Amino acid sequence: MAELDPSPVVALESVSVAYGKNAALRDVTAAFSEGATGLLGPNGAGKSTLLKALLGFLVPSSGRMKVLGLDVATSAVGIRSRIGYMPETDGHIPGMNAVSFVGYCGQLAGLPASDAMQRAHEVLYYVGLGEARYRNVETYSTGMKQRIKLAQALVHDPDLLFLDEPTNGMDPKGRDEMLELVRDLAHEKHIHLILSSHLLPDVEYTCDRVVVLDKGGVVAQGPIDALKGTRRQVFELRIKGDRHAFAGALANAGFECHETDEDVMRVFVAAEEGARALFAIADRERVQVRHLRPSVPTLEDVFAKAVGEK
Amino acid sequence: MPIHDQTYRRYAGKRDQTGQAWMVIALNGIRTIIAKRLFIGLLLMAWIPFVVAAVSIYLNASFPQFTLLSITAQRFRDFLDTQGVFVFFITVWVGAGLVANDKRANALQIYLSKPLSRTEYIVGKLVILVAFLLLVTWVPAILLLVLQVAFSGSFSFVRQNLYLFPAVTIFAFLQVMLAAFTVLALSSLSKSSRYVAILYAGAYWFSHAVFGLIYAITGSTRLSWLSLPGNLNQVGDIIFRLQARYSTPAAVSFLAVAVIIALSIWVLERRVRGVEVVS
Repeated sequence: MAELDPSPVVALESVSVAYGKNAALRDVTAAFSEGATGLLGPNGAGKSTLLKALLGFLVPSSGRMKVLGLDVATSAVGIRSRIGYMPETDGHIPGMNAVSFVGYCGQLAGLPASDAMQRAHEVLYYVGLGEARYRNVETYSTGMKQRIKLAQALVHDPDLLFLDEPTNGMDPKGRDEMLELVRDLAHEKHIHLILSSHLLPDVEYTCDRVVVLDKGGVVAQGPIDALKGTRRQVFELRIKGDRHAFAGALANAGFECHETDEDVMRVFVAAEEGARALFAIADRERVQVRHLRPSVPTLEDVFAKAVGEK
Repeated sequence: MPIHDQTYRRYAGKRDQTGQAWMVIALNGIRTIIAKRLFIGLLLMAWIPFVVAAVSIYLNASFPQFTLLSITAQRFRDFLDTQGVFVFFITVWVGAGLVANDKRANALQIYLSKPLSRTEYIVGKLVILVAFLLLVTWVPAILLLVLQVAFSGSFSFVRQNLYLFPAVTIFAFLQVMLAAFTVLALSSLSKSSRYVAILYAGAYWFSHAVFGLIYAITGSTRLSWLSLPGNLNQVGDIIFRLQARYSTPAAVSFLAVAVIIALSIWVLERRVRGVEVVS
């Protein structure tokens, strides 16, 4: 088997993972570069499975994985000393207050007791739990539990963070604050991170690159700007007439078309072509264009195209 | 404007070598347990038989005419037998929640995302229970041997019973390991420490009751290997060079103990994982 490219912080080569007879990842080959990378996909796409495989919790049936240049199959413990993992589900050590819990996690990660305790205080302030750090973790609200999960992942100062749905269950204000923290970690503190989420705005706000998973396979990956295709124009259309026939005609003419809620169609046209081409097709298909507005490509378009949504 | 903004700082201090996390787990667990006053009460109670035995050794050394108090190897065996009751209660109290509570709080994924292996996690948890169990078995038994030498002012008893130190050590460790591995394996099967406690007590007493019933019907003790405490009794008698109390071959009882420990390790290997796979 050929050597994996050592430059990405995480590299997967033909990785397959199955739960019994159910394949969760199928022949996944992907590279996560330095900085912040979003791991996008609908529920059940295999995002969490991929993170758990990288942590060594799940053993792939085939393929190879490298994290920070180390092979997951042979150096899982060494890798885990350099990464922080924020799991999707709530998790804590029973009977501990926040500062004891985070300090304990620091010690587990190899920090001396005094340093771990000092880091615990600092990190808890950083994630916004400074005032609540002596409260038992079991009494925390959902939003606070998300923050403490981030704190325990950060306490030993990892080089790489795995964040699994970090904004789950948070109120809008808390969500914004969490996204600010993630963005700060990636862009100001220079910690590489992989953010697994099905929330496109979260990924778009915090990440520079994205890997899109669907049904256990990679369907798109690369810099978000490149995937959006900024050299293309997007028009939002609302029509009166046979929508299916019109969508078919657009597809035949080589235009990419996504239907959204509220009867709006997003149609991608090449930069050199304008709305005139759309009017021509509408005329030919005998549909009325009731609304036409220029728009910009979004990550939602990338996602919709990648997972085959129409 | 705040005087000092609390922000994230990179860590430049030293890090311990991997492979020491079990000690962190063990020390934290021990600290948590001894913070409970009721448990300290139980530990103190577990030392009452030691005090009684120590007084008896003192009286024997001071008043040799009381033959009733004479010290023999059998007394050390009986002492460890008595401690079996406390081993049971401490095992249930400390051991039932060791893994179950972590499973209930989804803590396994936190533990195993740190640089420690599953073996280290299990060893750390095991050490918590083993430490307390040895504190009420091996430690007082060895102290009694030391007191015997101190009170009698000679090594003659020890010299005549040279096998006693290894016998006490081997039996105490077997007693402790059997209890610790069994309860830890049961603890990994559930998220409820209460359920684990009931399961352990059930396995302990039910197996003994089944053996008792068979003995009542057949009058034979050949099936003592069915009983958890029965195996330990049989093994103990052999280790202390005493007349075996059951007719089960010693090898069978040793094998039963080994199988229970091996089965427990197998269960732990399957159940202590960062991710629970339901097929």
